[in-house]
Amino acid sequence: MATLEITRTPPLTADPEACAVVAAARTHGRPRLVAVTVALAVATFVVSCLSVSVGDFPIPVAEVLPGMFGLGSSDSQFIIQELRLPRVLCGLLVGAAFGISGAVFQSMVRNELASPDVIGISTGAGTAAVLVIVLGGAGAPSLSVAALVGALGTALVIYVLAYKRGVAGYRLILVGIGIQAGLASVTAYLLTRAQIEDVQRATVWLTGSLNGSSWEQVTPLAITVALLVPVLVVLANSLRALQLGDDAAKGIGVRVEPIRAALIIAAVALVAFGTAAAGPVAFVAFVSAPIARRMIGTGDVTLIPAALVGALLLISADLFARQGLGSLELPVGIFTGILGAPYLLWLLIQTNRAGIGD
Amino acid sequence: MTDQLTLTAENLTLAYDQHEVSRDLSVAISPGKITAIVGANACGKSTLLRALARLLAPKHGTVLLDGEDIHRLATKVVAKKLGILPQTPIAPSGITVTDLIARGRYPHQRLVRQWTADDEQAVAAAMTATQTLDLSVRAVDTLSGGQRQRVWIAMALAQQTEILLLDEPTTFLDLAHQIDVLDLLTDLNLQYGRTIVFVLHDLNHAARYAHHLIAMHEGSICAQGPPAEIVTEPLVHQFLGLDSRVINDPVSNTPIVLPIGRHASGGARTTAAAANGSG
Repeated sequence: MATLEITRTPPLTADPEACAVVAAARTHGRPRLVAVTVALAVATFVVSCLSVSVGDFPIPVAEVLPGMFGLGSSDSQFIIQELRLPRVLCGLLVGAAFGISGAVFQSMVRNELASPDVIGISTGAGTAAVLVIVLGGAGAPSLSVAALVGALGTALVIYVLAYKRGVAGYRLILVGIGIQAGLASVTAYLLTRAQIEDVQRATVWLTGSLNGSSWEQVTPLAITVALLVPVLVVLANSLRALQLGDDAAKGIGVRVEPIRAALIIAAVALVAFGTAAAGPVAFVAFVSAPIARRMIGTGDVTLIPAALVGALLLISADLFARQGLGSLELPVGIFTGILGAPYLLWLLIQTNRAGIGD
Repeated sequence: MTDQLTLTAENLTLAYDQHEVSRDLSVAISPGKITAIVGANACGKSTLLRALARLLAPKHGTVLLDGEDIHRLATKVVAKKLGILPQTPIAPSGITVTDLIARGRYPHQRLVRQWTADDEQAVAAAMTATQTLDLSVRAVDTLSGGQRQRVWIAMALAQQTEILLLDEPTTFLDLAHQIDVLDLLTDLNLQYGRTIVFVLHDLNHAARYAHHLIAMHEGSICAQGPPAEIVTEPLVHQFLGLDSRVINDPVSNTPIVLPIGRHASGGARTTAAAANGSG
């Protein structure tokens, strides 16, 4: 046999036609991705304006945008800038934070059940916040800190308990559901020991509500979202690699443990700050990414569309909660719960039937 | 000889948690050749491969890639030189063939994702070599086992490493597709000079396709060398615990193992015939 001249890292070469096939395949789903993302952004913007517009003191939609920037009558300016705008912004930010956080967890574990509101991380934030309310700590900063500590602590406990040579999907979910049940009973115990006024406040908060949202809630959340969403978007490529399993991910050069820790901490922090601002609004983290993926028709990681779905979902549910039943203003979590619970049941039945998951 | 990358292991002791699997393993992978690690179930062959691929940190000993301790090199640096296809990689549901193969470009990309002409070239080349271009927009979960394995090999190829390690690349495939995969790996070795190491169950396939065999038994290496030296009746008895005849494969002129078993004279058929004859 002829001796081949062997060079270091011999390149495989491809002809232009093969390159064209790859280029075409890579942009295959892109028009739909762009269309869905733009449509979601437009819908979110429209519902936001509508939400600022309607209420006991209706403001014409045409005056909403000028009002945000300090133009228009002083009455409508006050209502927009101090009451409705913070509420809508809070809804948008909480929805986006929950949506993207759910997308990260679900993609990482490759299982839609692994969202932070199903595996107890939101509950952990809630329990810690109720503890603060019961102990008499009132202000938003202490609630934020408590929710953050509660969420991170819960995530750590779940991670440690589920860890066995890497984190397997089903272990994480089962441990998480167990932890969630335990924390729910701790919350119930705290509520039985609390003053009645505190219980009322805590209950509304636990359902998830944007009632009375102010800049005090919006500011810390906005900073968190502005810092962490870019981090997650940069890490998305590593997240895609992690989906192949730990060994394959290491094989292509991912530093699995630090990357996973960074993803978890960022996603948990988003849930924690979102929860601190509006309470553990049910199922937004759980349903957003699957809805986004089905709209786009992809199995890929879709962080920004998931954030948009979360934001749109939350402000739409809030608009309905405020206006849908006449003068009765309900917590938004009731409506997201009505939406999410059947989906959870359906998913559990599907998963069980197919015997899928790992 | 050549300036190709070397991969060697010195005195490895390998363990999962506290459970020791292997001790004192030393191997030198021949650059530019195909090496097969063979042995019975649970003999530690996959564990050795995982250690060579730096997926498992040895308790003692070192794995050297080009003379450097593989665990001291940045994992991305290693990933440009050495690719590993694990036994059961997971395809995220709904992912397309091209997107999966493109993930093999990870070590060549920066933190902020940038897709370059080089990436496109590498993916196209990998898809050409594995004949997966026709599948480019198919979802991986709709493929047959043989197609899927070609896609995974394409992902490892897109990584463009000189050394390629594969853990049982032919498991779950029917015979024709097993041969397909082994032929493909041989092409990569012959045409592109790739150093290939695989763990293989089928000793006859290993003897036919590999230049070099590493035979393992209960966590240690009992023999290594060219197939003609390793696949002998006494050695097969030693590392597989199997009585056999070894003959020459008329197709490939490599040794082939014929197991003797307890029904060597033709099994149930002749036994039944004998019983009928006497009754």
